[in-house]
This record gives sequence, C-alpha cells and structure tokens, in this order.
Amino acid sequence: MNYAPHTEEDIAQMEAAVGIADVEELFADIPAKYRLAQLPDIPAPLSEQETIALLNGLSRKNILPHLTLTGAGAYHHFIPAVVGHIINRAEFYTAYTPYQAEISQGILQAIYEYQTMIAHLTGMEIANASMYDGASAMAEAAVLSAKTLNRSKIIIARSVHPEYRAVVRTYCWSNSYEVCEIPFNQTGQIDLDLLQKELAENVAAVLVQSPNFFGVIEDIAPLAEAVHSFGAMLVAAFTDGTALGILKPAGESGADFVVGEGQSFGNPLNYGGPYLGIFAAREKFLRRIPGRLVGATVDKNGRRGFVLTLQTREQHIRREKATSNICSNEALCALAAGVYLATLGKNLQKLAALNVQKTQYLKKQLLGIPGWKEVFTAPVYNEFAVSCPDARLVNEKLKKEGIVGAYELPKSYPELKNALLFCATEMVSKEDIDRVVDIVKGAL
Amino acid sequence: MSKQNPTDRRYSRDHEWTKDEGAGMVLIGITDYAQEMLTDIVFVELPEIGKKVAKGESMAVVESVKSVSDIYAPVSGEVIAINSKLEEDPALINQDAFGEGWIVRMRVSDTAELASLIDAATYDLLISEEKH
Amino acid sequence: MELIFEKSRPGRGAGCIPASDVAAINIEAVIDRKYLRTELDLPEVAEVDLIRHYTNLSRRNFGLDLGFYPLGSCTMKYNPKVNENAAALPGFTGLHPYAGDEWAQGNLQLMDEMQQYLCNIFGMAEFTLQPAAGAHGEFAGMMMIKKYFEKKGEKRHRILIPDAAHGTNPASGALCGFETVTLRSNNEGGVDIDHLKSLMTEDVAALMLTNPNTLGLFERNIEEVSRIIHEKGGLLYADGANANAFLGITRPGDLGFDVIQLNLHKTFSTPHGGGGPGSGPVGVGKVLVDYLPVPRIVKTDDGYRWSEDFPYSIGRVRAFYGNFNVIVKAYAYIRSLGAEGLKHATQMAVLNANYIKEKLKPYFDLPYDRVCMHECVFSGSRQVEENGIHTTDIAKRLIDFGYHPPTIYFPLIVPEAIMIEPTETESKETLDAFCQAMIIISREARENPQRLKDAPLSTEVSRLDEVLAARKPDVCWKKS
Repeated sequence: MNYAPHTEEDIAQMEAAVGIADVEELFADIPAKYRLAQLPDIPAPLSEQETIALLNGLSRKNILPHLTLTGAGAYHHFIPAVVGHIINRAEFYTAYTPYQAEISQGILQAIYEYQTMIAHLTGMEIANASMYDGASAMAEAAVLSAKTLNRSKIIIARSVHPEYRAVVRTYCWSNSYEVCEIPFNQTGQIDLDLLQKELAENVAAVLVQSPNFFGVIEDIAPLAEAVHSFGAMLVAAFTDGTALGILKPAGESGADFVVGEGQSFGNPLNYGGPYLGIFAAREKFLRRIPGRLVGATVDKNGRRGFVLTLQTREQHIRREKATSNICSNEALCALAAGVYLATLGKNLQKLAALNVQKTQYLKKQLLGIPGWKEVFTAPVYNEFAVSCPDARLVNEKLKKEGIVGAYELPKSYPELKNALLFCATEMVSKEDIDRVVDIVKGAL
Repeated sequence: MSKQNPTDRRYSRDHEWTKDEGAGMVLIGITDYAQEMLTDIVFVELPEIGKKVAKGESMAVVESVKSVSDIYAPVSGEVIAINSKLEEDPALINQDAFGEGWIVRMRVSDTAELASLIDAATYDLLISEEKH
Repeated sequence: MELIFEKSRPGRGAGCIPASDVAAINIEAVIDRKYLRTELDLPEVAEVDLIRHYTNLSRRNFGLDLGFYPLGSCTMKYNPKVNENAAALPGFTGLHPYAGDEWAQGNLQLMDEMQQYLCNIFGMAEFTLQPAAGAHGEFAGMMMIKKYFEKKGEKRHRILIPDAAHGTNPASGALCGFETVTLRSNNEGGVDIDHLKSLMTEDVAALMLTNPNTLGLFERNIEEVSRIIHEKGGLLYADGANANAFLGITRPGDLGFDVIQLNLHKTFSTPHGGGGPGSGPVGVGKVLVDYLPVPRIVKTDDGYRWSEDFPYSIGRVRAFYGNFNVIVKAYAYIRSLGAEGLKHATQMAVLNANYIKEKLKPYFDLPYDRVCMHECVFSGSRQVEENGIHTTDIAKRLIDFGYHPPTIYFPLIVPEAIMIEPTETESKETLDAFCQAMIIISREARENPQRLKDAPLSTEVSRLDEVLAARKPDVCWKKS
C-alpha cells in the first residue's frame, strides 16, 4: 500500500519549486555514511487484501474462549451497540487533542460529561479527562500525595492487584519513595491493626483497592479515619467500575483520591489495552492533579462552551515542575465510557446486581463440590477466591472445553495454595455455570 | 502602556516591588509591567504565614492561562501577612499591581538587603531595555 | 448544545439489562448495607436521543477525515481504514490478558514481530511495547538510564535538554529525580556544541535529544554530539516524536542513540482518538537491554510466552502488556507499506514540508532558513509588528478556511511560532490550497485585521473565555 498521493508529475513540480533535482537532496544534513539504501529485514509491501488476510491469519492463531471466568483487573462485559457506533465516528477517532476549542466542542463536551459522571460515580467532586490505565492512575496518585505532603513513604495493601503494586513500586523507585505492604487478614480485607502500626508522620498515602484483588469489599470509612489521623492521603482504587452501580463509592467514605480501571465501561478486553485510567479527587486538589481537564466557560457572545483548562499544571507549560509528565491520554476510551454510562443510566445498578447474583450462584455451586472451600469471609462483588484440591488441574480441564478458567492466585500469592479467583459477570449464564461445575467435578 | 513605577518603593530585577513600611516591615508585589507581560492572572499560590524565605527564593506563584511564574523574595525575611483577597480575585494584580494587588507583607531579617534593590528610575531603564 | 444530563428524564433509559436466570437473592443478604450506595445519579435518556446527542457532538468536532491537519510535531497522517478493520477482528479484541500464553499465540507472534520490525527500522537491540503513550515511553526510557547508572554504582544527577524540547522531556526527567539543565541552540537551530561541551560532565546521565528537533531541523553535528556525551560516560536519549522525518533513511541506533521512544499514533498512522489512546514503544541499544520493563516476550520451542525473569528490569510501568489494539494497527501499517513504502512516505513527508516552506517564505518570517525535514517553523513576528496580529489570530482564521490550525507558540525559542507538519498523505493540491489560504490571511492581516481578531467566524462557538475557565473552574456539571 502507498498512502502518499503524489504522482510523478507532482513530485517533479514540487522538486522544482523547492529547487532540488531529487528528493534525496533534502536529506543532505544526515551524514552520508549513516544513510540507508533500504531498510534491512522489513517484508515487502502488501495490498489491502493481503494485509487483512495476514492479520486475519494472526488473529486466528489465538484461541477465542467460549467463556471467560477470569477477571483480575480486566472484565468481560456486554458492550451496547451504540458505543461502537459512536466511537467509530471519524470526527471523534481521527481528531487530535482538543487544543483548538472552537472546532473541538464535540469531544470537549463529551469529556466534560464523562468527568461529571465519574465524579458522581466515585463520590468525588472532580475527575480528570483520563489516565493510561488503573495501575498508572494509582501510581500517579501515590506520587502526587508524596509531592503534596513532602513525605516519602507509601503504604499499599497486599490485597491490591499485583500488577498495580508492581507499577506503584516502579514509580516510587524512580522518585526515591519507600513502599511498604500491609497484609490481608482472614476476611480478605486489609489488616487494620497492622496498618495502624505502620502509619507514621512520614507516610504520604495509603493505597487500597475495593473490591480488592480477591473481589472482597474493603471497609473504607475506618481506613480513612486511621489514615487521616496521620495527615496522610487515602487512595482507593477499583478495577471493575460496574461495582459502583451498587457499592458505596469510596469518596463517600472519606477517600482523598479514587482511581481505577474504566475498561468495564464499554471497552473490549483487547488483550490488556488500551484501557481507561480513572482519576477522581477532592476539589482542593484541582490545581495539582495530573492529566487533562475540560472546563465549562462561555464564548464572547455568552454561549456555553468547553476548553482544556488549568493547563499550567501540565508538562507543556510547567515542564520539570509539572505534577506529571502525562500528555496523550485515553480520550477515546473515556468517550466509550461516557456513552456506556449514559446508555445504562440507572440500569447500571441492575447490571451490578446481576453480577452479584451470577457470582453468588457460581460460588454456591463450586462450594458444593467436595474439598472446595471459601478462602475469605468478607462480602464480595463479582469475584471470589476458593481453594480446591488441585487448582491447576481445574483450569486444564476447563481449557480443554474452551473455557478460560480462574486466575491462579499462587502465581502472585504463594501463601494462598491451590486458591482460584473466579469472576462471573452478566456474560455468564446459569447453563454455563452448571456446565463448569460438571466439568470441574469430572476433574476430581 | 504600563503605569508609572512609583518612586516610594524599590524594585528587583525580577520585577517585584518592595515598599518599606518602617519597623522592619515591607510590602511586596509585582510591578505593573510584570502583570502586563503575564496577561490575565488566573491564580495566585500564596505562601503560609510564618514562612521564612531567603532572598531569591520562590515565595509565591502567579499563573496566567498559558504561563506560570515564580515570585522570588526580593529580600530575606518572614511572611507576616498574605493578601488573601487574591485567592478569590487574582485579577486584582492586573487591575492594581502597586496597590490592591500586593502579595505579601514580610518582616525583613536584614534591612541592609533593601539597599541592594534598585530605585524607580533604574527600574524604568531596565524595562525600557527589555522592551527592545 | 444541551448536556446529556439536561436531556435526562426520570424513568427513561436506553440499555436494557437481561433478566436473571439464576436464583434471585436479596443483595443486602450478601453485602452489608453499609457497603451499598444510596443513590446513582446517571443520565436517563432514550437510545435515539443518546445517538443524536453524540452524533451532534461529533459534528462539532474536526477530525483528520474532514480535512487537512498540519499540526507540527503531531504527525497527523491519514489513518488507513484497513488497520481499523484488522484491529477490530474478534480474535484480537476478545482475549483476556490473563487467558494464558497458549490462547494468545497470534497476539504474541504479532508483538514479537512488531518488536523485531521496530529494531530493524530504528537500529536498536530490543524494544518494549508496554508504555501507553510517548511520554510514558520517555518515563520508561529515563528510568532505564537511571537503573543503568544505579547498577554501575555511579550517581549522576543531571540531564541535558535543549531549549527547543517538548515539555514532556524535562517532566519525564524530573520524575526520575534528575535535575534538568537547558542546552542552548545555536544560530542554525542545532545544538550549541561549545555549550554542550561546557555542560557535559560526569554528573550528566544523558542528553535527551529530539532529532530532527522541534524546528524540523536535522542535527548536522550528531556524530560530535554523540562523541561528547559518550566520552564522559553519558547516554544519548532520542525523543522519537519526529521519527516521520527519517524512517527508512537513517537509523537512530546507527547515529549513536542508546534509547528511543516512539509514538505509534504519530509515525505509524494509528488514530489520535481525540487525545488518546496512543502507544509509546521504547527501543534500547545493547547497554540498556537488561533494564527493559517486564514482562518480555520469550520465544521457545513451544511457541511464545511472557517472562518476568529479568532481575535488573525497572519493573512494570502499567498493568498487562501495552496498548495492544493500537499495536495491531501499527503492525498492519508497517506490513502494508513494507520497506520501500516506509521510505517513500518519509521522502514525501519531507518534500511536502519543504514545499510549504518555500511557498510561504515570502509571506511569513522563517527564522531558520535551511532545508527542513518533516516540518517547518515560521514566525508571526512580522504580522505582530506590522499589523498587530498574533499567531493565534492567524490560527483561528485558518479554521474558517476549513483547516485545522498548525501547532502555535511552540517551540518556545521562536517568537509567535507557527509550526507546520503536512505529513506525506497530503496531495500537492491540498498543500497549494492551504498555502493560498495562508497567503490570503497574510493579506487580511494588513487589510482587515479585525476579521482575524474575530475569527473563527464559521464555528458553533466563537473564541472561548479561557481566563474565566481558569479563574472559576467548572469541571463537573452540577444541578442548578
């Protein structure tokens, strides 16, 4: 393929206008010995037909499951048709960042609406236009807390997603902050007593997740109280936003920052990305939070309009003093989330309830199998941990039937032997669950 | 055109003015020329009362839509008062940089430092050079 | 236009949730009431109204498919549709990131090959596809440099950044604890070699260089720059934002760069999505391979698999493996163009930029009058002095001619900068029409300056009050 429209005649005319005999002359500033005759080891060009055939072939080398019972930070939810129709409009997806507000009112208003929905959902006053993903949003909240309070220690619950903890550790290492992990107790929640012992005047933030990696709902209010008594920030994360359809948002329980993964809101699994980093905060942090913000204003005729605002926080103005270096974000994923949430509206509550029902059913059926036990006692949303005689065998059996089984917890928690983390969203039917239980029983 | 630089105060090369109020107290702000260069000021980050600052250290931040400027302490001392009206109405600096738009009141730790600042006539010269 | 919230009516709704096929349970019986929310305030709109709302919003948005988008430093090239179709294949969209390597051999092969192609195109030893965007890649690249010196037991505190650099450079460096020192440009728009020599000490970890720089000029003294940095044990970092200027012509690895971050959403034609998602792969030379983020793809006799077994890695910079779906589009782009296509694209991008430069030179100041690469930078200084017209007025007036304005007021070292990057996918006719519009605007600046100050005149809203937006921030709608 060749997307450059130049004819030979065009090229000749343009070369003449520029005053050169050959395009090669334009590259004279590059030392001759470093100029390539041709790129090495890049395959020959393909037609459109060949390109799609090639990609189709690669996609078919993947095995698409009949059913996915893994959540663990990425969730298989139904995506209403309207979402795809809107985000595939070229006016949206082929646009750049809306720095020229007069011709970008569409995405600006859509993001302003998104910010509003996210603030409502998380129980916070403000939300930004998006971050890369839930993990980096959490890490940025930790860095911001440390910078704001001029403190250098970050505490993170061990019940936070293992990869989120890894990302927080990377960001903290680069900023020379210390990171300390607090274990969970037998309920599956963070051990509040151990947290209290670790809290001190040098702690900038405590990072928790609810529902946490085990699906367990954390009790945020007492955590907030403990954290605030040391002047530190509470950062509360979530990985499946649909939980907010029924769960009390961390903002209502005293969190300073609510961050999370918005993939569940209308974005496909996509093998891990692009996803949507959600970042919501108390209003007092408005001039410090990372990322873009859309604000409402008026034009000179008094008509309502929207602009990217408070840009002095950002790298293109504040450079080395900026809160964060983020520039590109996940605008199109945020647009998908906005459309998704506007489509569901109050039905998000029904959807969340349905997730709970499916999950409870799956859990009950699995716990009916001899040797299967609940790992934790606290309430869960749409994920739960169970232990069984041979976790790996269960997944192998499910795989043979075209089912992506549960997340094997020992991979990141060696202390949880033979524990499996199951997830059941609205995409899992009763029939599926009954079949899964039959398959698993056959495995034992 | 910027307003006349009043002769009852001294100036820093970073465009701050300092007005001696006697008894070791000075009032500090930015000049009218500075506010004009910054354009519409949208936010002022003020220091905490009691903060001790050394000469040349950043003590406040003034933001316009597309720029951020540190306000450097023209002399060393302790912040005694801040103009909290600026939190609600940062445009006061644009409207009246030498009066209502003052930024902090400081107790000077070494009054000799005031002598190192330039007078209005020298400052006039400085900005006329900068304009060219 | 009304907000979606203002269109909301109680009891209306679009999405219908299926009835439960499992036993009904009382939620409060399984989740304590104290954990449950009491209200859920989301819009309630019918599907037809929702579609009209967003469709009408889209009509107030300017995308590349609507017209010319000469945004300097952003490489707004055409987004080929076959790439979108490829990325939408269910085999690519439907897989869970934890499905297991055996399920994902197609994805892994694609990512492994992509890394290999990028190594070949840029002359690097290895690539990671994990970073989500260019700035994220810069951060990862700078962390690898930090780790490299940490492992060597050297404490280096500073990094050098040219005065024309993107703001992400100093911000990324600062996030790694480096103090940034500004390196001056010379009167040719290149690195001031004497200044570089005076700044380069054994306390300097790296020079972050954009080449060609943000003036669109290739660094003629790149060999010397590389020598000065490496002689003192420093590393040379390439900001690959301007990679569209040299693909297939030269390779940063050959020029002495130790690390480079890319922007697939610029150079490799993936759409910008109104601000994202992007993808920011990072390539490294041999000295930095050990520090790449994990997980990395390993090829075995049984196929591909992910491995975290790299003890010196900086760790993870995000969850999972990267913006996979964006990577699919860039892979399709590389395969469809092939080696010749990539080189031809670069040649046409550079020809287009020089063509615009020559055509507009008589009408606008050109601070660095030499052959440019993929973009050219004018200054609106003449219009300010002669007509009291600023660059922003010129930019806003271009909107009325149906163009997205160029990048303005950047780089910071050019007063009233107008930075034009046409890309290779624009035809001579498009460039001619754009130049004609610029020439008309330069005439209007003299004859009817007020029209420029009032521009744009053709949009749904006129210029917006950014001062009000920043003084009285309203970032979330509240019911009045």
